[in-house]
Amino acid sequence: MSGVAAEIAFDRATKRYPGRAEPAVRELTLTVPAGEICCLVGPSGAGKTTAMKMVNRLIDISEGDIRIGGTSVRSLDVTRLRRGIGYVIQQVGLFPHMSVADNVATVPRLLGWSKEQTTQRVDELLDLVELPAVDYRARYPAQLSGGERQRVGLARALAADPPVMLMDEPFGALDPITRARLQHELLRIQHELRKTIVFVTHDIDEAILLGDRIAILREGGVLAQYDTPEALLARPADEFVSRFLGSDRGLKLLALRRLDELDLAPLDGAAGPTADGSTTLRDALSQMITAGTRSLVVLDGAGQPRGVVTMESLTDVAA
Amino acid sequence: MIPLGGPVAGQGPVIPDFGEGSDCVVENRLFCPDWVRDNWSGTLQPALLEHVKLTIMAVAIGFVISFGAALLTHRLRLFEKPLVVFAAIVYTIPSLALFQLLVPITGLTTATVEVALVGYTLLILYRNILEGLRSVPPDVLEAARGMGLTRRQTLWRIELPLAVPATMAGLRVAVVSTIALATVAALVIPQGLGYPIFIALREAFKTEILVAGALAVGLALVADALLVVAERALTPWNRSRRAA
Repeated sequence: MSGVAAEIAFDRATKRYPGRAEPAVRELTLTVPAGEICCLVGPSGAGKTTAMKMVNRLIDISEGDIRIGGTSVRSLDVTRLRRGIGYVIQQVGLFPHMSVADNVATVPRLLGWSKEQTTQRVDELLDLVELPAVDYRARYPAQLSGGERQRVGLARALAADPPVMLMDEPFGALDPITRARLQHELLRIQHELRKTIVFVTHDIDEAILLGDRIAILREGGVLAQYDTPEALLARPADEFVSRFLGSDRGLKLLALRRLDELDLAPLDGAAGPTADGSTTLRDALSQMITAGTRSLVVLDGAGQPRGVVTMESLTDVAA
Repeated sequence: MIPLGGPVAGQGPVIPDFGEGSDCVVENRLFCPDWVRDNWSGTLQPALLEHVKLTIMAVAIGFVISFGAALLTHRLRLFEKPLVVFAAIVYTIPSLALFQLLVPITGLTTATVEVALVGYTLLILYRNILEGLRSVPPDVLEAARGMGLTRRQTLWRIELPLAVPATMAGLRVAVVSTIALATVAALVIPQGLGYPIFIALREAFKTEILVAGALAVGLALVADALLVVAERALTPWNRSRRAA
């Protein structure tokens, strides 16, 4: 179980705790296609972390099953299973007595990699998370900032090239600027590595930004909706989902698309405020409002006018 | 039980007779360097070495017992109460009373002394090692578990290294208090820095009392300093935090 991404299939996975009538996760069935990020979101008590921890069996499955690449997680030796799954948590959990390099080398060493192979891999990963190995290899966690620590946590989880990653609110404790930077870094790394990632967050905006698909759980561990961010925002399944997405879900939907993706109206000598093609629809709408206009001239990569976008075409997208 | 009678007839004095020394010795001044010079290799140095040996043996045995007990308790919490109570009771028995209790069983031997000295190290060592093992942050343990470390690997690679600072703090207290306490060993066996002190007390010979006492204090300071150095060497991650 290493290298290539594998599909994760929850098959009526249920978690019951003794002495409690209601399960924490109820018959969760969803499939995360190989190489995609699935964000689990929901209010607290919705069982999102429980659902995630059933994958590497930090929490035992009561009923149902979870399969990774077709193999039931229950059929594997638990330590072997966990060594094949990258695990990132909010508090990072770096080993304070080990250098950055030793932290990252944890799983490769457990797997018995050679010294040269491990060292080479550690350096490669530190470079991947943009902590130059030369500067950071020998540092201890206490000498790092919060953002740097989580970068090391990410490198450590990626060390043995697991096909599957579990991330439990990894950026939840970071300041907004660092969080945004790490979110984009994760997307960059994911673009390169194509892991299958289960990402728990309570932040719907984070889920929309990162998730290829989003699973919204409601209290009692019931799946409310599982869909792509676009489909979720455009067609929430019920009142709960729509409330969870927020009253600005129309704007969130606009934020997912860019002017380049629209069929523009012909120029016809139109003039007025301009916007670059890479502008999101949300920003374009904002620009119209602040400029007091109902249309913008869209420029192409070379800065030449390419067409016109109107307020009507924006509202059509959101409808 | 206390072998403090005068030199037994026919055996000669236990230590060189200081009655016929220099003026300084005869007048029993506060400090006579010539007496120290004359009696260093015959009396003081052997007593110091014996003292070191008594201390090392007591702390080493106490450490092994406490370490085992702490590991057991770390796994099975229900042992904690009885172990703490036992160690605390031992700790509260006055050393003289403990010797009284032990001599009928183990006699006037090193064993009697060691049982007592070991007993006094248990409470501090056990509690500190256990506290160290428990000081590991929960997120660190969760990460370890999530990455597939077994319980044993977690203990040896994560928990024990992180317990070093608390353990070393306990060792420092145990060593220093054992050095102080080991002077009382002279009540049972003619060994350690306590012995020359007892001998000199009979005659109120100031130099010997002073020098033997000073050696005990010096030994405690040196041992403590060595342990501080050892702790720094064993916990480079803490040093880096200080520097950061």
